[in-house]
Amino acid sequence: MIRIAAETPWYDLFSRGARDWLRHNQKVRDAVKETLPELIAGADLMSRPGHRTVLVPVKVLEHARLRLLEPDVRQGAGQGRGEPGEVLQPGREEADRAARSGGTQDGEIRFVVELKIDEIVDWLWEELKLPELKPRRAAALDEPDYVREGWDKRGARARLDRRRTVREAVKRRAIQEDPIAFTNDDLRFRQLVKRATPSINAAVIFALDVSGSMDEAQRRLAKTFFFFALQGIRRQYAKVETVFLAHAAQAWEFEESQFFQAASSGGTMSSSAFRLALELLQARYDPQRYNAYFFYASDGENAAEDREGAASLLADLTAQINYAGYVETGGGAAFRPRETQLAELFGEMKAKGLPVGASRLGSQDDVWRAMREFFREQSKDD
Amino acid sequence: MTELEDYAGRLEALAHRLGLEHYPVDFELAPASLMTEIAVYGLPIRMPHWSYGVRYIHQLVRQSMGHSKIFEVMFPGDPCRAFLMDSNSLAENTLVAAHVLGHADFTRNNQLFARFHAMAGGNIVEHAAVHAQRIQQAIEAAGLERVEAVLDAALALESHVDVSGELHRPSYPEFVPEKTAQTESAFQKRFGQLPGAAEKASAPIGPLRTRIPPHAEYDLLWFIAHYAPELEQWERDIFLAVRAESLYFYPVFACQIMNEGWASYWHARLLREADFLPAPLYLSAIKAHSDVVRPFASGEQSALGVNPYHLGFTLWEHIVEKHGLERAREVMRDEDDFGFIRNWLDRELAEKAGLFVYEARPGGELRVASRDLEAIREAILAPKYNYGAPRVAATELKSDGTLVLAHEHASDGRGLDAARAKKVLEYTRRTWRRAVRLHTVNERGEPVELAA
Repeated sequence: MIRIAAETPWYDLFSRGARDWLRHNQKVRDAVKETLPELIAGADLMSRPGHRTVLVPVKVLEHARLRLLEPDVRQGAGQGRGEPGEVLQPGREEADRAARSGGTQDGEIRFVVELKIDEIVDWLWEELKLPELKPRRAAALDEPDYVREGWDKRGARARLDRRRTVREAVKRRAIQEDPIAFTNDDLRFRQLVKRATPSINAAVIFALDVSGSMDEAQRRLAKTFFFFALQGIRRQYAKVETVFLAHAAQAWEFEESQFFQAASSGGTMSSSAFRLALELLQARYDPQRYNAYFFYASDGENAAEDREGAASLLADLTAQINYAGYVETGGGAAFRPRETQLAELFGEMKAKGLPVGASRLGSQDDVWRAMREFFREQSKDD
Repeated sequence: MTELEDYAGRLEALAHRLGLEHYPVDFELAPASLMTEIAVYGLPIRMPHWSYGVRYIHQLVRQSMGHSKIFEVMFPGDPCRAFLMDSNSLAENTLVAAHVLGHADFTRNNQLFARFHAMAGGNIVEHAAVHAQRIQQAIEAAGLERVEAVLDAALALESHVDVSGELHRPSYPEFVPEKTAQTESAFQKRFGQLPGAAEKASAPIGPLRTRIPPHAEYDLLWFIAHYAPELEQWERDIFLAVRAESLYFYPVFACQIMNEGWASYWHARLLREADFLPAPLYLSAIKAHSDVVRPFASGEQSALGVNPYHLGFTLWEHIVEKHGLERAREVMRDEDDFGFIRNWLDRELAEKAGLFVYEARPGGELRVASRDLEAIREAILAPKYNYGAPRVAATELKSDGTLVLAHEHASDGRGLDAARAKKVLEYTRRTWRRAVRLHTVNERGEPVELAA
């Protein structure tokens, strides 16, 4: 009556446990996705350039069952030595005093979910229902380039197509008697032609007011906003170049790594940043070939005597680029009695029909509102 | 023929001589990975659900820490299906084969197992595989999200079945059964003629429709499957599949101490009387026996839990010794763990097994609370009442489709954990598709209504 089978016919094919664990992880990711804005606001994403993932610590999901309330004093049956009243395990405080023994009691498993930044940005676009950017001058921005096209029997050695050459040799050998391995006639070279291709380059200029009135919190807000604005632009363009400008009374170009640390005391002259941006645009990013974006963060206070200069330079700048975005930082933004000078300036540009947008960043939540405004506006203008 | 097959065959012959009777047993040697999955899923092929994935990871962690070693999994039925770990030693697997014969005898003869066997047939492994396949088809037809929502609800209510009821239950009668006119006795006739007697109630106009549910319904899976307002056929099938598997597991749950104890008693006895086993193999097997059948881990003084193998083994040895094998087989046939512990665990045995009741206080202090026999019996059985779940019944189906559930907090002694209960209501609502409410009490004993 006893039969022992030793074959393992079906179950080595796949692991059901692993399948269901992966499904659990998918659910965790979905749950994480729902709390994404808070999650990202806390993460220090921009300070790790080149890091394309974030690690989010999460708990294992619980499939709920109906359970009684946990009583104050839980009872259970055990086995072993000990008289009634004898302490088997001291309470936590006592245990702490006796010996700091670590380890959680319930053996709860925690793990980290690794999220790709690209994935996060995709979710965000879905979540905020942001439109895709359109290259402003896509049709006009044609740029001649060499592209591969066809093959020839002559050419530079570097462009020898080995696969094609072998194929030719095989064909020849099939019909020849006593063939030799290769002949010069078998050689095939890739050909290049000059073709115009639409430009898919973008340049993003970030400018930050680093004068004394910009505190740490305001910089963090600016940084979060810049990060997502950049991710949004990266979604659209194959090649994105970035420039970081910081200014107080004067403006300098910085590396990204030092950009947010830059600090300066003294007055604020926004015109310096606009001027430097214009110069860079002309020197490096020909508006005919680049889709240029300009993002500027400041607390809005600018020296009164700089107003005229800033206005004309900003008008110049915005006329040449796809879009200029201004974010005004500062928790006190809501209590200001009047518009700041810079907010007024951008307002004027907008009234003139130039592609600009302005938004206030009081807290992390405003970042999403600002993103929505900018990207909606930008695609509307096209 | 392998050595294991040889030994298993001879052990079986010996078992028959000693009076064990069982359905045939199909043994299968399985790799560790499959054994882990069977332990997690409860069955070799079972419906997919993410919660099993969580248990799977916990099990892998426990195994990697050396806390959990799997010897055998056995599915009662006709034939019984037993899985042995292919990486265990011959001695261990010989022991396990003898142990399985004990289970096979128990599950054929115990009345609770026999009742469920009669209702469901003896092929649960195949049934569960069919359920899994049907659910896979549902996933292909309706999408993973929808099937998962149904499984979330059905599996959350897994233990809420009526274990005293039938597997195949008819719907409630559509109409209230009419009271058959009773023939009146001479006394009643004369009593009715007394002056001032109440007039006879006028006959009802017609048959009355049954109120749904006509009584508090504890079989929530069955009730939802049959009375949810918008359930599709495949959703009903999932609820009934979960219910069938849950009912199958009930005897295993309710007889754990008896069943493991009986199997342990028999593997020890069969090995002892198996003169054909080489001495070194017998010694290794007996060593494995004492690792399994012991009250707490070596190097420890006590355990915060009762080892069912050890407790059951202690009780059965005593019963066979004091009352004879015939009486022991009667007890095995008639009792479940409730009767077994209440009728057979006496003071002497509780002392022998070192049983106590402990208390865990907030702050983590643990102390021995009592060695009183009644308290010990209660502490062992408390987690087993009502399939280990709070007693919750469907009490009303409102005209707008709202499902009203009531928790019997008086008999359970406390209210429900509100956060978890709300979650379960949310799961249920997605399948019920109308409001679901649950009455219980909060931590201060005040009535509360949870809703989703």
